[in-house]
Amino acid sequence: MTGLIETSGLTKHYPAGDGVVAALQDVSLSIAPGRFVAAMGPSGSGKSTFLNLIGCLDRATRGSYRLMGEEVDALSHDRLADLRSRRLGFVFQSFNLLPRADALANVELPLIYRGMPRRQRRERAAAALAAVGLVDRMHHRPTQLSGGQQQRVAIARAVVGSPDLILADEPTGALDTRTGLSIMALFQALNRDGVGILMVTHDADVARFAERVLRFRDGRLITDETQNAADAAAALAALPEADAAA
Amino acid sequence: MSATLPPIAATTRRGIDVLEALRGALSALSANLLRSILTALGIFIGVAAVIATVAVGEGARRQVLAQIQSLGANLLIVWGGSATMGGVRLGAGGRSNLSWDDAAAIAREIPEVQVAAGSIRQTFQVVAGNQNWSTTVLATEPDYFIAHEWVADSGRLFSPEEAASGRKVVILGATVAEMLFAEEDPVGREIRIRQTPFEVIGVMARKGQNPMGQDQDDTVFVPYWTARRSVMGASRANARQVGVISVKVHEGEDMAAAEDAIRALMRQRHRVAANESDSVSIRNLSDIQATRDASARTLSALLASVAAVSLLVGGIGVMNIMLVSVTERTREIGLRLAIGARRRDVLAQFLLEAVMLAQLGGAAGVLAGMALSHILADVAGWPVLVRADAVLIAVGVSALTGLFFGFWPARRAAHLDPITALRHE
Repeated sequence: MTGLIETSGLTKHYPAGDGVVAALQDVSLSIAPGRFVAAMGPSGSGKSTFLNLIGCLDRATRGSYRLMGEEVDALSHDRLADLRSRRLGFVFQSFNLLPRADALANVELPLIYRGMPRRQRRERAAAALAAVGLVDRMHHRPTQLSGGQQQRVAIARAVVGSPDLILADEPTGALDTRTGLSIMALFQALNRDGVGILMVTHDADVARFAERVLRFRDGRLITDETQNAADAAAALAALPEADAAA
Repeated sequence: MSATLPPIAATTRRGIDVLEALRGALSALSANLLRSILTALGIFIGVAAVIATVAVGEGARRQVLAQIQSLGANLLIVWGGSATMGGVRLGAGGRSNLSWDDAAAIAREIPEVQVAAGSIRQTFQVVAGNQNWSTTVLATEPDYFIAHEWVADSGRLFSPEEAASGRKVVILGATVAEMLFAEEDPVGREIRIRQTPFEVIGVMARKGQNPMGQDQDDTVFVPYWTARRSVMGASRANARQVGVISVKVHEGEDMAAAEDAIRALMRQRHRVAANESDSVSIRNLSDIQATRDASARTLSALLASVAAVSLLVGGIGVMNIMLVSVTERTREIGLRLAIGARRRDVLAQFLLEAVMLAQLGGAAGVLAGMALSHILADVAGWPVLVRADAVLIAVGVSALTGLFFGFWPARRAAHLDPITALRHE
């Protein structure tokens, strides 16, 4: 069967000074639909470059990448934007919410670029916010929300377009442990509903919630292991009740 | 917890709708309200200045045009030349060498001419009951009213028979009627000019000032031969003299050709030798109009260039602020690109903001310009006329300014690399 993601010999070079930096070299792998995959490695290991290539934000220097059977390297800017819009959802470490817009408007944003009529868009965005547990925060601005709530808005924005894959770049990097766990629990819930997740992290504590871990070093994929994912909801429940909830 | 939403129908069209884009641009501009207002100020001032100056200029032009048209269209005024008496040249109109018969000859012999009417004027104290008023008595024939396109407001004009028979009838100008009879109807009443009683048969329609600022309604009209016999005391030498001849040229005929023909005819009738200058001078009122039009056009061109400079400066302001805005919102642009905006969506977004910024300045400028026009009209007493085309051009030009000066910043935004944009601090 066709994988969600299939790469072969994926390589990315950046010009740097006199020569080039090989940010990613010869990565060949396949990811089936609906999996929760973590990409690990220290800074400069190539994990972020890999994420950008998979996210259709960048083009490979060499090699091929197929997203749901579609060859990505040959596509125009507009087609790439279209792929991002229909197939992918992004979650960032720093949330990247529009500060002037309320939660609902932030979640609506991807649907605007799909030309969805306003009423339908608002209903859908409200449903996405309800799904991440923010039904009573729809008209709050990002500054009126906690970090965990902001990341939930960002996740609602990522799933509102019914993507096949969520790309998450250090999604818990700016959050405390408890909040981070709640975000992982949310990811696992989404994943159980069939959404694929590719998460970049340097934190093994976070990577244990994925069912497959890719390790990068110096631009190369060095290990590719499946594991029994830990249950984030259970880990959250096991935390001492001491501090205020996220 | 279930997060799956129903899939989006494949038929959903791609592309951002106009209303959404407008809403987005408006909210971006209002986020930096003061900055937006200050940026739009340059365009605002330019547009307001254009609207106000064009309105005032147009009002003045219309006033001149109305004055000139009030004199009559296709009108030539023939003045007596400088008669020389005993070696002394008397200057134009000093002592007229024109006669009643010259007017008749012009009407008869020059095909371009529709009517030609001689007239002579003199100031008298006119008396009605216990009122009196010093005014110009103009002695002429009925064709004068045709030449000057002048009609009676009440009563009637005198007939050619009355003119020829010397009946003592008079038509009052509107000002004179007011001075002598106030609210009463003068028609059928009697006035006296130099002790001679005249029957008022009509009152002329009001004409207002001529381009030289004289009140054309401060005049009474009497038949030429009546005046010559009864009030103007004709001597044998100048019994048929007229001061000026009013000539109306047929609609569509060449005024210059008619002028030349009149000059030639007058030379012949006045027996002017080939080496002497013309015996008459002719004023074509459309010449005055052309001169005034030309100076109005020069002024308009000057104003237009000032407006262009103002809009240029305003446009550079728009470009400057849009570049700042693109830099400030680099992360936002990166995010929009990541979640599915195409380059053209981002380009359109920033272009729309620039155009809206310029348009807000333009629209406010139109309103302020119109208000300013009316204030000027009240204070200076000039007529003003806000021209619809000036408003349209001002709004159009400010939109184009936004489009032109917004394009480069918008293009920069659209071509940002989403990865670096998202990392931008």
